[in-house]
Amino acid sequence: MSATHHQPAPVLAQEGPSHWLIYTTGLLVAVILTATSFWATNTSLLWAPGIPLGLAVLAIAQMGVHLVFFLHMTSGPDNTNHALALAFGVLVVFMVVAGSLWIMADLNASMMLATKHTNMPMHH
Amino acid sequence: MNIATAVELGHIGQEAPSSAVKAGPASKEILVGYGFWIFLLSDIVMFAALFAGYAVLVHATAGGPAGDQLFSQLTVAVETACLLASSYTCGLMSLAVGARRRAGFYFAAVITFALGAAFLALELGEFAEMIAHGATPQRSAFLSAFFALVGCHGLHVGIGLVWLAVMVAQVAIKGFRPSVVRRLQCYSLFWHALDIIWVALFSIVYLMGVRP
Repeated sequence: MSATHHQPAPVLAQEGPSHWLIYTTGLLVAVILTATSFWATNTSLLWAPGIPLGLAVLAIAQMGVHLVFFLHMTSGPDNTNHALALAFGVLVVFMVVAGSLWIMADLNASMMLATKHTNMPMHH
Repeated sequence: MNIATAVELGHIGQEAPSSAVKAGPASKEILVGYGFWIFLLSDIVMFAALFAGYAVLVHATAGGPAGDQLFSQLTVAVETACLLASSYTCGLMSLAVGARRRAGFYFAAVITFALGAAFLALELGEFAEMIAHGATPQRSAFLSAFFALVGCHGLHVGIGLVWLAVMVAQVAIKGFRPSVVRRLQCYSLFWHALDIIWVALFSIVYLMGVRP
């Protein structure tokens, strides 16, 4: 993001095949990551409790691959606005998802405690 | 970036180097692309809320069927392949637009549409089978959240298919004029973003769901 030199945008016929190669590379990497996800779900070779975390990591990696190879996200100077907006979006997504899970888990724990207390006289 | 340039110009005044003057305001192509990028991010934030709802309610099955009884990995794998391939052909479509090749554009658009329609047909078939077995959105909080999240993505794919058909008609009637090319640029952003959301969907909902 800190690169200061301006590269002239080449609009040449020669650019065609190189773009084609970017999409194809992205497709191949995405297929490999997807196949790994399906394999990890069904294998008995891996430590079972760690598999959901592994799936999450593979999903995030594949989203990154899609962003770079399909949506052409770069760290170049002409992409700073897009990258900043994306960073803000990721922050909001993280706060919504992690915040909801945290608050609801906390509420559930409190509710269980409350139920235990109110039921206490019934047991005696 | 252009605002920064303008401020800089205001400070330096007449002695400003000519490179900043030549830059001028951003082209419409860049502005439209950036605005659509902001819309996509807001759409992703909406999906994040649905994901959060699903993650909170995933165990609230109310004695009804859970994910491991409902989801078929084969269907999900075929759906994933369809959507990933359509994302790739959508990329090839935007290359054809860049090179102003009409035949290539129509070819890529038809394949993208067919793969997207296959995805939607598979998903609707999956929904119909679940509902036929009594797993309706009313059955449990888990199923309500599932249908809201996956159904919302399916709705986006449906809208994308209508949009693609409209774009093909616009290219046929108006040709590759600048406004049409800008819309096609937005369309490819939209379609790639849908595939990104599907990656999260099949990982979190389906693959984590089929594991007992």
